[in-house]
Amino acid sequence: MLMKVEELNRVLYVDLTKKDIKVRDRTDLFDEYLGGSGVAIKLLEEECPTGIDPLSAANPIIFAVGPLTTLYPTASKTVAMFKSPLTGNLGESHCGGRSAMAIRLAGYGAIVITGSSDPLLYLTIDGDKVKFRDASSIGGMDAQTVGRILREVETGSGVRTIIRTGRAGGKLVRYACAVSETYRHFGRLGLGAVMGSKNLKAIVISADKSVEIPKDKRKEYGEVYDEIHDVVVKSDAMKKYHDLGTAGKLYEMNKLGGMAHKNLESASAPEAIARELSGENFANKFLSRRISCAHCPVGCVHLASLRELYEPGYYFKTTTIPYDNEPIYAVGFMLGMEHAEDCLRLIDAVDTVGMDIMSTGVVLAWATEAYAKGLITKAHTDGLDLRWGDVPTYLAAVEKIVEMPTEFYQNLAMGVEHASSVYGGQDYALAFGGNEMPEYHTGIACYINNLTGARHSHLDSAGYTLDQKLIGKEFDIEEVVKSLIAEEEWRQILSSLVVCFFARAVYTSERVLKAMAAIGLENWSPKKLEVVGRKIHRAKMNFKFREGFDLAKIRIPKRIFEVPTPHGLLKEEDLRKAIEIYSEMISAQKSGDL
Amino acid sequence: MVKRLAVLDVNKCIGCMECMFACSRREGRVGFDKSAIRVRSAGGIERGFVVVVCRACEYPPCVKVCPTDALRLRKDGGVILNKDKCIGCGFCAQACIMGAIFWDDEQDKPIVCRYCGDCADYCVHDAIGLVDI
Repeated sequence: MLMKVEELNRVLYVDLTKKDIKVRDRTDLFDEYLGGSGVAIKLLEEECPTGIDPLSAANPIIFAVGPLTTLYPTASKTVAMFKSPLTGNLGESHCGGRSAMAIRLAGYGAIVITGSSDPLLYLTIDGDKVKFRDASSIGGMDAQTVGRILREVETGSGVRTIIRTGRAGGKLVRYACAVSETYRHFGRLGLGAVMGSKNLKAIVISADKSVEIPKDKRKEYGEVYDEIHDVVVKSDAMKKYHDLGTAGKLYEMNKLGGMAHKNLESASAPEAIARELSGENFANKFLSRRISCAHCPVGCVHLASLRELYEPGYYFKTTTIPYDNEPIYAVGFMLGMEHAEDCLRLIDAVDTVGMDIMSTGVVLAWATEAYAKGLITKAHTDGLDLRWGDVPTYLAAVEKIVEMPTEFYQNLAMGVEHASSVYGGQDYALAFGGNEMPEYHTGIACYINNLTGARHSHLDSAGYTLDQKLIGKEFDIEEVVKSLIAEEEWRQILSSLVVCFFARAVYTSERVLKAMAAIGLENWSPKKLEVVGRKIHRAKMNFKFREGFDLAKIRIPKRIFEVPTPHGLLKEEDLRKAIEIYSEMISAQKSGDL
Repeated sequence: MVKRLAVLDVNKCIGCMECMFACSRREGRVGFDKSAIRVRSAGGIERGFVVVVCRACEYPPCVKVCPTDALRLRKDGGVILNKDKCIGCGFCAQACIMGAIFWDDEQDKPIVCRYCGDCADYCVHDAIGLVDI
């Protein structure tokens, strides 16, 4: 079936309580905010009442794609928005796989899921047909098994997405993720728990339509498409992300001294460990296949093959495990792993239960240090002797976070901010704004990013990149803050179009405008993109403030001031000052330029 | 020299679907409903991908079963569809055990690869390509 470019404006509303759907024309939102993050934050404002419990039926889940989705290479991501059960404010998570292609070619620009079901359901969206299906029999299953079963029972092979939770979602672990296409994740901020609270196990979306490029635009579209394709495949990013993948930068980051190791006991693991946990070592020993998201020629997704003897008598199993920069940091460097295969075992365990691996690694790193310091004991850990690099114990701990046999694990399942507020050890509880930290200990910019970023994600404003550019240079903190805000604002445009951040160098303002014009979206200018990026960013920040987020009161763990960065030791007063400057800048610009 | 499309090395396929998009782009569309090539997982992504496209058989079963001669042998190899003669019986799609004849629901007629090589032009990993027959 054929649809027009502008049919991106169709929003599917699914009410799980009433088992009812409607489709509404939201041209108003897509015209002004493009799609993705921009449209999603507006829908979140509309659908999410102030002050609700994120795990109540009132919390909406919003999936949104954008005008470039599926129409150009690397425009392959879906934005999910919800109120985060981990931070209590903005929940926003991005995922590739086949999700964006499936949503767009099912005929929607966004999907809004509200209410809560009884019984446990999975949802199928097959173009215009939406079905509510009983998921009682797959409720307690892990993410991989659910995927396998739904692949067989539902139609649309090859041109669909299956977004599902593992056991952690149903158990409401606050950092449970949603998994798509087995190896991709809406990882951060707890979408899996929100799905769990709605009694929604999975969503299968099948693409059954095509977007028609207007006849008078086909030549122009073809030319712009080819230009973008050419730039993507010839870019440095293409080679970097295809060869070793995101894991390729781990070794250098460690060498730089910007890699949190053992709960940031240091910012650099010993050389032998860094070599063992490097992208090169993973590729040489374990890489079995590289795959990509729909309509992305890069193929950054790296899959390892791990063959293990699991029982005497030649009982071997071979497991395929996705690895990336962040998982290797979180359960490798952070937990003091000494062997790449141990790291893979842990990645697999966390993926299987369906938790955000970054949060899980940081939570367990804090617990290990708190245990070593005697703040928690074996009575808390249900007998586990948490020690750096001890894989069997960590595997057991992952299981216990999900099953919560003691109050301690119930608290761990609520994140490190919460657990450390109960047991102490906040000085080394490495969460910012309630979200567990990424690997970077590169300087002040990465922490301004962690603290002020709307998602408290390193991808908000890429402070770690700026830190590295500034090594050996004199800089003014106001300029740093200004530059981070500008970066985060521009990224709102990228995540509204929606293109993958890995292709950010390809999608310059000029090229974005060409790509839009070639599909009939004219009337846009560099200035308009800039202003809309700012509006989207402020809307996200305002949602956070509305839900009680306060930059003046944000906790900063002391640990980050005790370990030297490549820029030397950081000072708390400098970081606090930067946050103040940030607050002033975003409120000053709020009324001015908009 | 007459060419046909070939799967050169399926292990290099990353499942990006660029070939499928390229095929339907010839019709001014972004989607798969006019695409004569499909990529799907070989039963779970960990097992890699399968590329389904016309192999230009030497004795094509699709031609043998066509009751109206709409599908006929191309000179020097491959098949050609004459849509005017096609009555949409679907025998060709049933006869192709490769599953490489897809169906155009709008026109109720088969979609058969034309060996133009557009898809291969966008396969940057050289999983598919045009080869001499």
